[in-house]
Amino acid sequence: MNEIVSLQDVTYSYSPEDSDMRKAVDGISFNINDGEWIAIVGHNGSGKSTMAKLMNGLLFPQEGVVRVLGETLNEENLWAIRSQMGMVFQNPDNQFVGATVQDDVAFALENNGIPFEDMVKRVHESLAQVKMERFLNSEPHHLSGGQKQRVAIAGALALKPRILILDEATSMLDPQGREEVLTTVHKLREDTRLTVLSITHDLEEALLADRILVMNQGKMHAEGTPREIFARGQELVELGLDLPFSLKMSSLMLAQGVSLETEHMSEDELVKDIWISNFNK
Amino acid sequence: MMEKMIFGRYIPGDSFIHKLDPRSKLIFVFLFIAIVFLANNAVTYALLLAFTLLTVFFSRIRLYFLINGLKPIIFLLIFTFLLHLFFTKEGDLLWKWQFIEVYEEGLRQGIFISVRFMVLVFITSILTLTTSPISITDGMEVLLNPFKRFKLPVHELALMMSISLRFIPTLMDETDKIMKAQMARGSDISTGSIKERLKAVVPLLIPLFVSAFKRAEDLAVAMEVRGYRGGEGRTRYRQLKWDWRDHTALVLLGFVAVVLWWLRS
Amino acid sequence: MDIELQQVGYAYSKGTPFEKQALTDVNLHIPSGSYQAIIGHTGSGKSTLLQHLNALLKPTEGTVKLGGLEIRANKKAKNLKPVRQKIGIVFQFPEHQLFDETVLKDIMFGPLNFGVPADEAERRARALVEQLGLPEEVLEKSPFDLSGGQMRRVAIAGVLAMEPSVLVLDEPTAGLDPRGRQEIMELFHRLYVEKGLTIILVTHSMEDAARYANRVAIMHEGRCVLSGDPEEIFGDEQHLSEFQLSAPRVVRLQRRFELLLGYSLDKLCLTEEQLAVEMGNIVRKERDF
Repeated sequence: MNEIVSLQDVTYSYSPEDSDMRKAVDGISFNINDGEWIAIVGHNGSGKSTMAKLMNGLLFPQEGVVRVLGETLNEENLWAIRSQMGMVFQNPDNQFVGATVQDDVAFALENNGIPFEDMVKRVHESLAQVKMERFLNSEPHHLSGGQKQRVAIAGALALKPRILILDEATSMLDPQGREEVLTTVHKLREDTRLTVLSITHDLEEALLADRILVMNQGKMHAEGTPREIFARGQELVELGLDLPFSLKMSSLMLAQGVSLETEHMSEDELVKDIWISNFNK
Repeated sequence: MMEKMIFGRYIPGDSFIHKLDPRSKLIFVFLFIAIVFLANNAVTYALLLAFTLLTVFFSRIRLYFLINGLKPIIFLLIFTFLLHLFFTKEGDLLWKWQFIEVYEEGLRQGIFISVRFMVLVFITSILTLTTSPISITDGMEVLLNPFKRFKLPVHELALMMSISLRFIPTLMDETDKIMKAQMARGSDISTGSIKERLKAVVPLLIPLFVSAFKRAEDLAVAMEVRGYRGGEGRTRYRQLKWDWRDHTALVLLGFVAVVLWWLRS
Repeated sequence: MDIELQQVGYAYSKGTPFEKQALTDVNLHIPSGSYQAIIGHTGSGKSTLLQHLNALLKPTEGTVKLGGLEIRANKKAKNLKPVRQKIGIVFQFPEHQLFDETVLKDIMFGPLNFGVPADEAERRARALVEQLGLPEEVLEKSPFDLSGGQMRRVAIAGVLAMEPSVLVLDEPTAGLDPRGRQEIMELFHRLYVEKGLTIILVTHSMEDAARYANRVAIMHEGRCVLSGDPEEIFGDEQHLSEFQLSAPRVVRLQRRFELLLGYSLDKLCLTEEQLAVEMGNIVRKERDF
């Protein structure tokens, strides 16, 4: 597997001269492989968004090294690297630059000097990928939050990046909007093997990832597959996170004397296990 | 009141005028403003008015809508008319009542000025009614491009303009929301003395500014991440197309100018 | 304070080409002391409805009764201040309404507007800061120096400081992390239980509605299409799906078990804990059998 992003002993503080202040990101190291879906979870203020900013050069680490696509991130290769890294932020309104959907998707293409004919093609392709092609000329204030975020994803995809970073992209959406965005990302991954990094405090969302990093107080608390991470159970709750529904149900049932082989991450498994372990005599 | 205003409103459509390139429309309006001053007699003013009505016809904007939109400035129109009517003291005396005298020339001037005023308002309204604000910005940007040589930040101005336009509805919603939130906390902007009302504006303005700055910051980050670093080396997605319609419109205007020149006294 | 909506309709920009009907024939009675959830998708009219509960919008049709005050379409409403003090609204992202130099002054803003003496307003502010689990030193800080979660609490304190008897909440946990979300919801629940506040929760979270509310109303395309107690509303999945809504996950899970068991449980479980207890009971019964 090819490494696509790597952080080594990265430290960042918003007030470096004040040593009493907790560092936003404190000695973090990890790799992301090409084609992986990684979720970074943690409560608000755990340093997860700072990490995203460090990866695309919005911030530079005070200590440590950030490498993207094999190159150490610096002032010179910054723009080249950014064009390989699409990013979607939390607030759907505050990242919509264009007057209409198609203008917004074209924004990154314009900035990178893509010729007009290519732009038209890519705008249409990207919007088709997020199923927003019917809204070419819609203005942002006529779109729902979920639709705006899908446009933002299309805008990030237009440059055909290798990596897509979702920085709490679903946290301001209603359940319907969240569903739309997650389905879109899921579909994208199936079609393109895009590397996805989603920063979230929603563990249901993290469940979809290949690997989870848990952040706490600027430090890496744990790392592993969803199964490994969620095996920690109550420990996650103490970090201010909420267990996925099936897991929560599993442990509540166990506490009530319902027999279970293990704690489950999916509802199907849970239902099956309860049935087999308790009723199939 | 605000809902009846037509200034700055855009009505989508696909008329001849709608399809014109924003550049030709802008040039047209600027030239038209100059040409209006060629008219100086009944024939030329009649021609101007006819030409304007023809333009209105081709825009498929209903005339009544335009006249309705004139209401906010009707006072200004009447004022100018009366000013000329009473204070121009040339030609034959037409009517007199005590110290008020109306002369032939006064009536003529009053009518002429009103017509001039009206055609100007009509033509500029047609521009904004048939061209989306973003197209106007595009047109301006291209037309002003030569001024880059004189260090005019044309691209930046156009971008600022288009982002402002994009955020107007967002900020309107925000204002409404904050105003209601403060009203729910007992603040009252609509009643009380002027001093009290001014005081009640503070809880509205501060959150509005704070949120606007936050939005600006977010937007700047989002733009940077998408590779924005000034106008240098950028391509344009919004293409302007100049076709036979634009030629026709400008040639027609040139023709009207020549005729006006020929007919003026 | 009882709240009653009778055949309420509301249209934005009434009488212009931009007119847009947001509410149609809404009837809803919220008795004093209830915990009412109002559920619906974005655009279902729930935000418009909410603004009627505090006379921020006047119905274009029908009548809104807020305690003794009647607000009718086509009639000028006056003297709204007392009612606004009685009914506090926590808007979505309420931290956006903070403006004053210090947290203390900001919390005191509401009470002072309603003529509460300054020393009393200050006493309330101090008590609320403690009640909401904020450190005392935030009182002298600028609200803009606080973290997002703290700002949210200060904004909520600013509404509670008016000592309303009805509290209207519009997605009060939007954007918070799970712990923050739970703490805020527990706080409102405490106010409901201990102080007997009437709570009206506007939300799209079925789970929150199921856990906390004792009355539920469903909004869909500007109409109040269902209303009743939670067991009734959430038990009828078929009906919910007509409005593109699904029952809370725990209810759906219970239904799956019932399908396997071949019979229905005695009651509808509205929280994970209840369902676990029920399942525990059933499993024990099966074993003893």
